Amino acid sequence: MRRLLPRFPHHTAAALALFATAAPSFAETVMGFIYVGPKDDYGYNQAHAEGGAGVGKVPGVKVVEEASVPETNAVQETMLNMVNIDGASVLFPTSFGYFDPHILKVAKEAPEVQFLHCGGLYDEKKHPKNVGSYFGWIYEAQYVNGIVAGHASKSGKLGFIAAKPIPQVLLNINAFALGARKANPKATVKVVFTGDWAMPVKEAEAANSLIDQGIDVLTCHVDSPKVITQTSERRGAYVCGYHANAAALAPKGYLTGAEWDWSSVYSKYAKMIQDGKSLMNGGIPHLIRGGFKEGFIKMSPYGPAVSDAAKADADAAKAAFMAGTLEVFTGELKDNEGNVKVPAGGALKRDDPAIESMSWLVEGVLGSTK
Amino acid sequence: MESFWLVTLAILAGAVRGGTPFLFVSLGECLTEKSGKINLGQEGSLLAGAMTAYAVSHHSGSPWYGVLAAMGTGMALGLLFAWLAQLPRTNDIAVGIALMLFGSGIAFFFGKPYIQPSAPLLPGIPLGAWSSSSQIQAALRICPLFFLGLLTAFFLAWFLRSTRWGLQIRAAGDQPSAARALGISLKSVRTWAAMAGSGLAAVGGSYLSLYYPGAWTEAISGGQGLMAVALVIFARWDPKMCLVASLLFGGAQSVGPALQAAGIQTGYYLWNASPYVLTLIVMIITCSTKKSLAGAPGALATGE
Repeated sequence: MRRLLPRFPHHTAAALALFATAAPSFAETVMGFIYVGPKDDYGYNQAHAEGGAGVGKVPGVKVVEEASVPETNAVQETMLNMVNIDGASVLFPTSFGYFDPHILKVAKEAPEVQFLHCGGLYDEKKHPKNVGSYFGWIYEAQYVNGIVAGHASKSGKLGFIAAKPIPQVLLNINAFALGARKANPKATVKVVFTGDWAMPVKEAEAANSLIDQGIDVLTCHVDSPKVITQTSERRGAYVCGYHANAAALAPKGYLTGAEWDWSSVYSKYAKMIQDGKSLMNGGIPHLIRGGFKEGFIKMSPYGPAVSDAAKADADAAKAAFMAGTLEVFTGELKDNEGNVKVPAGGALKRDDPAIESMSWLVEGVLGSTK
Repeated sequence: MESFWLVTLAILAGAVRGGTPFLFVSLGECLTEKSGKINLGQEGSLLAGAMTAYAVSHHSGSPWYGVLAAMGTGMALGLLFAWLAQLPRTNDIAVGIALMLFGSGIAFFFGKPYIQPSAPLLPGIPLGAWSSSSQIQAALRICPLFFLGLLTAFFLAWFLRSTRWGLQIRAAGDQPSAARALGISLKSVRTWAAMAGSGLAAVGGSYLSLYYPGAWTEAISGGQGLMAVALVIFARWDPKMCLVASLLFGGAQSVGPALQAAGIQTGYYLWNASPYVLTLIVMIITCSTKKSLAGAPGALATGE
């Protein structure tokens, strides 16, 4: 029931499109978007759904979408329906866990359809040619979050609520800590891992416990920052957003936020596809990455509590990222156990493979990856 | 030393904050089981209650209407359970699982438009206003629903022990044949018990969406409705023990985050799993192939 009812209008639309083919019309590209959770969760899925809505405005593009599709065989069925019934020629199954085995399996069955997956797991040697992946260096935006948070904190104690200690999460924690320590060299970031991507009760407990310990700025890396944002607003703490703009949930305490700009990324894909490029003919690269400069990420507008000094520092960092002159991980950097990870004068650049396998926490982070 | 006090405070506050939904679901399940049927559909009632409460509070502007509406939804689901589970040749466990999926399904389906909007939440009673410490103030800001749950626990204990209706429910659950001989209608006793039980579980759901954590999302329950069923066994079908067990489970939920926030970082996966581990331990300790549990209603899972 969940699968059929929301899709019904698309079927009708597809039928109408069939009737309309008699009239001369330009070739329409149908793009299918699949989300693992609801489209308006103030988080990961909302960011992608905003991207889908953005690319839907490009002339010649039609978007079909389905939300709350679990990372099981259900997503294979959804993908096949989008291809066979809606006529989609490009699919964006956006959740990390859709890739293996679901996308790989359907991609083999539908070799003329392009599958673009968010998360960057593509391997040239192993995977079909019609699969590609993209991901953004959102840790650059977490660095800017950190600068603003470091300025805003009175206690110098910041908190980070994260789901699991995987490389992308650790990157964000480290970048946030480095930004905060740029603004206030004595700042510390305390990490709480909740264990999974959507644990509302644990997230609220974590926020309360951190604020009890004197932490006055929070940020997070979970699927939906809604509960954390609301809890910190109620307790009078500041909060930096993640994934999408949640300023409406914390009008007083929302400082700024690290947001995805999938609308810009998806529109670029649409442009390439309309120009006749594809993954199969080599016109579209199989792996695409980007940060501020490439339009993959953006910041939420500053909240009322952000000082002018913080704005100046954050804007300067953002401008340097846009110009390509700033790297987050420049030496000398130690991890929080005292081992040198980036030697003095060295840098861990954003396209370095070590970035995507990060397994340590930088000095100033109170937490453990084990 | 200060950390130690803060962790203790966080766990105690977490016991009250996180234990309230467990309390309502377990009291409801206790009442239902006392009448001789196991309702595994409480998870569905919890989620449907959470969704209804949030939606009604959003539209009406009053969270208390939300709580009432949740109770109504829960009672409707309880009625459905009682009807299905008492049809000839059905099994209450299977019906319960079906209703768990049904309840969560309708909650997710109708709840889609309510994920983003903000609804007015239940007020907290600031019992910590005397203290200058913000931690104590936050810990002692307690939802009126907790006190309602507290009253319900003692009321239910008295009701089951000392009233005619309580006796009828216990008779239906312990000795259905004797109850029939006394002219008690098993069907109506069990239907009322299931409706009240499911209604209580839905009030627990309204606490989740309207007080703590105070949002409607599909992941809001985290299996609390199912854990509460285990908790009833742990509590030996005694409403007052349900209160103790709920506080214990609520506290267990906050152990992981509280310890990490205090800087104890090792083994957080284990600490985070503590409510589930506690459920397993309870099941292992209480299971036996030789004898039935002390306090267990005699007709439970006998199909009678």
